[in-house]
Amino acid sequence: MKISVLKEIHVDEKRVATTPDVTERLIKLGFDVVVETGAGIGSNFSDEAYRQAGAEIAPTAEAAWQSADLVIKVRPPEQNIALGKHEVDLMSEGCHLISFLFPAQNEKLLEQLAKRKITALSMDSIPRISRAQKLDALSSMANISGYRAVVEASALFGRFFAGQITAAGKVAPAKVMVIGVGVAGLSAIATAKSLGAIVRAFDTRPEVKEQILSMDAEFLELEFAEDGSGEGGYGKVMSKEFIDAEMALFAQQAKEVDIIITTALIPGKPAPKLITSQMIESMRDGSVVVDLAAEQGGNCELTEPGKVVNRKGVSIVGYTDLPSRLATQSSQLYATNIYNLLEEMSPQKDGSILVDMEDVVVRGATVVNSGKITWPPPVVAVSVAKKPEPAVVAEPPAPLKSPSKVASIAKSSLLPMLIGGSALFGLGLVAPPSFMAHFTVFVLSCFIGYMVIWNVAPSLHTPLMSLTNAISSIIVLGALTQISSDNPTIMVLSVIALLITSINIVGGFSVSQRMLQMFKG
Amino acid sequence: MTSSLITVSYLAAAILFILALGGLKDNQSARRGNLYGMIGMVIAVLVTIIAFVTQNYTILISVMLIGGVVGFVLSRRVKMTQMPELVAILHSLVGLAAVLIGFANFLDSSFNLTGVEKTIHEIEIFIGICIGALTFTGSVIAYGKLSGMIGGNPLTLPAKNWLNLFMFIGVVIVGVLFVGEQNHFDAFVLLMVMTLIAMVFGMHMVAAIGGADMPVVISMLNSYSGWAAAATGFMLSNDLLIVTGALVGSSGAILSYIMCRAMNRSFISVIAGGFGTTSGSKRTVSAEVQGNVTEIDIAETGQLLNAAKQVVFIPGYGMAMAQAQHAVSEISKILLAKGVKVRFGIHPVAGRMPGHMNVLLAEAKVPYDIVFEMDEINNDFPDVDVSVVIGANDTVNPSAQEDDDSPIAGMPVLEVWKSKTTIVLKRGMAAGYAGVDNPLFVKDNTRMLFGDAKASLDLIIKAL
Repeated sequence: MKISVLKEIHVDEKRVATTPDVTERLIKLGFDVVVETGAGIGSNFSDEAYRQAGAEIAPTAEAAWQSADLVIKVRPPEQNIALGKHEVDLMSEGCHLISFLFPAQNEKLLEQLAKRKITALSMDSIPRISRAQKLDALSSMANISGYRAVVEASALFGRFFAGQITAAGKVAPAKVMVIGVGVAGLSAIATAKSLGAIVRAFDTRPEVKEQILSMDAEFLELEFAEDGSGEGGYGKVMSKEFIDAEMALFAQQAKEVDIIITTALIPGKPAPKLITSQMIESMRDGSVVVDLAAEQGGNCELTEPGKVVNRKGVSIVGYTDLPSRLATQSSQLYATNIYNLLEEMSPQKDGSILVDMEDVVVRGATVVNSGKITWPPPVVAVSVAKKPEPAVVAEPPAPLKSPSKVASIAKSSLLPMLIGGSALFGLGLVAPPSFMAHFTVFVLSCFIGYMVIWNVAPSLHTPLMSLTNAISSIIVLGALTQISSDNPTIMVLSVIALLITSINIVGGFSVSQRMLQMFKG
Repeated sequence: MTSSLITVSYLAAAILFILALGGLKDNQSARRGNLYGMIGMVIAVLVTIIAFVTQNYTILISVMLIGGVVGFVLSRRVKMTQMPELVAILHSLVGLAAVLIGFANFLDSSFNLTGVEKTIHEIEIFIGICIGALTFTGSVIAYGKLSGMIGGNPLTLPAKNWLNLFMFIGVVIVGVLFVGEQNHFDAFVLLMVMTLIAMVFGMHMVAAIGGADMPVVISMLNSYSGWAAAATGFMLSNDLLIVTGALVGSSGAILSYIMCRAMNRSFISVIAGGFGTTSGSKRTVSAEVQGNVTEIDIAETGQLLNAAKQVVFIPGYGMAMAQAQHAVSEISKILLAKGVKVRFGIHPVAGRMPGHMNVLLAEAKVPYDIVFEMDEINNDFPDVDVSVVIGANDTVNPSAQEDDDSPIAGMPVLEVWKSKTTIVLKRGMAAGYAGVDNPLFVKDNTRMLFGDAKASLDLIIKAL
């Protein structure tokens, strides 16, 4: 099967759907890979690198589109102004397409694809279940956005993030507030922390508190009980009282912090407006707001998608192409996500893919199947949001022995003692004194053994066994007392016994010595 | 030689043996202990030769020399990974010797005992041979299982517990007949019958036990070989044998107890049958392990280890099988040199005999102050960055704590899943000896490195 990798034509899009590394792995899976010339330039991958990885370089976009059985892309297909044609029309009929498609916003595109009998999988429609985490391109991109948001903020922010005491005076650390702690939020927290800032984070879902604390950030809490966990690991719309309390918190924080990063999204709805113009105006001069929800309308009232605006000394960053601004990294993660999807779809590893509509992941991602629109998919139960609590609970401390337990212990040890006592008594009645002398020695030796062995270090249990083995060959004395017998049978028996016990004595001591020598450390 | 002198010499030997075992309390005194043991043995053997042997010196000396050389060569050639096999075969020799000496003693008519003394003497012979015979065959089967000549799966005959009971009753009946029998030849036949039953009993008992229970079996046979020596001591009225036998017997019994406790199983249930037979019906109910394993490659493993501040290695029988202890040691040295806090966590039943892993690590020159027992290290896992599980399975199985229906529920395990990342080196996705699925492998923070442990570790050394 021939996979074509296209140069993205969307304005300022620098990412590419596969990297030379992943190309090599795709070829190992049995695919042929065609890369449009210049496709990787924005991400710093040269044609030469792809060629070395085993890809064929297509000289024009048309050639790449038309030779493909499967096209992989980043952005949804759009009008190619240079060629004067829509990208969908460049595809041959019955071809496969894997890309971000955003089917909810692009119904017209789905119809176009269906008309061309295309089978299209949308990387943003991968269901958010545990099994599909390695295919989850949205998470990959969100992670990068979170990182880049902090980098953009620090570029505009006129100060250090970390506090320092220098010869020229003290520098206070920057204070960063992150609103919405999903993948992007967590990534922003981690990045800001590693630059040395004081980080506070807010989220309506109480279960993320633990994650925030685990990154050494503060969790901002409302004194208000409402669980904001919605479906699919996203938040949901909250009650009015909750929002009022939340806004009051943000208003107060805005006066204190230097940088605000907002990532709050509710699926299928415009982003909630959380940062008002008043809050912005109350911030210190030089402060920065990075709005990761800019594409969905923004969490800040003043956000303009794709731009940086300045309001009374506060910069509001509304870039919608943060992953593209870190194109090499984004391309690498996106390419790996696509590779993992193809690996799942190609169980035979023979360079062909199977669109298995029984498979929850493939079903979810497939938005057009051989000309039929199959979006939206049936609802899948989500398991990603809550990590299972460790079920292990420390054992409760042993309860003090209750009177009844003491009684039962007494009872349970009484019986064996009685039996033992009467057995000894019976033995004393019948056994001759010579036997009793040996018996005394035996019982006392058992106790000595008991005391001594409990003191043996567990690490020396193996030498203990070989040593006890050697000394239990003391049974050789039996053979020695019999060897001088005139009865030939007895003599032969004792000679054999002597032979094997000699093996045992020397073998046992010598191997113990060898082991103990090693323990010298 | 006067009998008092003999007694004093035996007393000295007995004390030296006790000191020998007592010396094993730490590494420093252990080698001196072993020396005491040797001196004790030399004294006992020399005194006995001087006091009792009157003829056949040539045979005696040549046989002891041959035996000694064989034993010496055996002990030098054996690989540390084969220690359980060696110990098992040495146990079988003690058992066999007890049987031979018992028979020789029975044939010896120089004892002129009557009444109760005669009865007691006959019981002593009977018990000595019985324990010796079952130690002998049991150890041979254990050797076969450990060396792979016999499959490790438990043999489950129908009604096996009834069979054991039947054989036990048979031995008791034969014993009663034997003691009452006046005719020397008939008594000999009865003794042979009993020996055969005891041998079958020993074979069946060990054959019915699964591979994971091997540490218990080895300790148990260790104990039996002691009791066999003690019984022989009673038969010969020799206190040194009694003392030594009792020491060894209780030592083995304690080891068995420690091993059983480490698996949260009663001694009876280990003897009565392997894992999976007692809980066969439950297993189908207990939750199947679901989820995806995440694989990792050598390079990533190297990066993880390089980035870690605290690493714990958990070796299991797989490390012994792959002979990977030297590679592990090499990796730990590289990491230690980089300032990583490296430790080893050892489960009491890791491997096939008590202390097996300690011996292997000592062989590979891992400093013993970084080797820890399960109880010493279990609370530290939350601070550990990377746990590396090498060929261990059941001893790191979280279902022992999480799943009440699991056959290993309640068994103390090393809580590796609490560390930040766990890397599991494994050949494939087969279940461990207990036949229990391991949910550790599908945990989010677990990475599987498939392949031969030694090959993988050698590559990791290069990656580091």
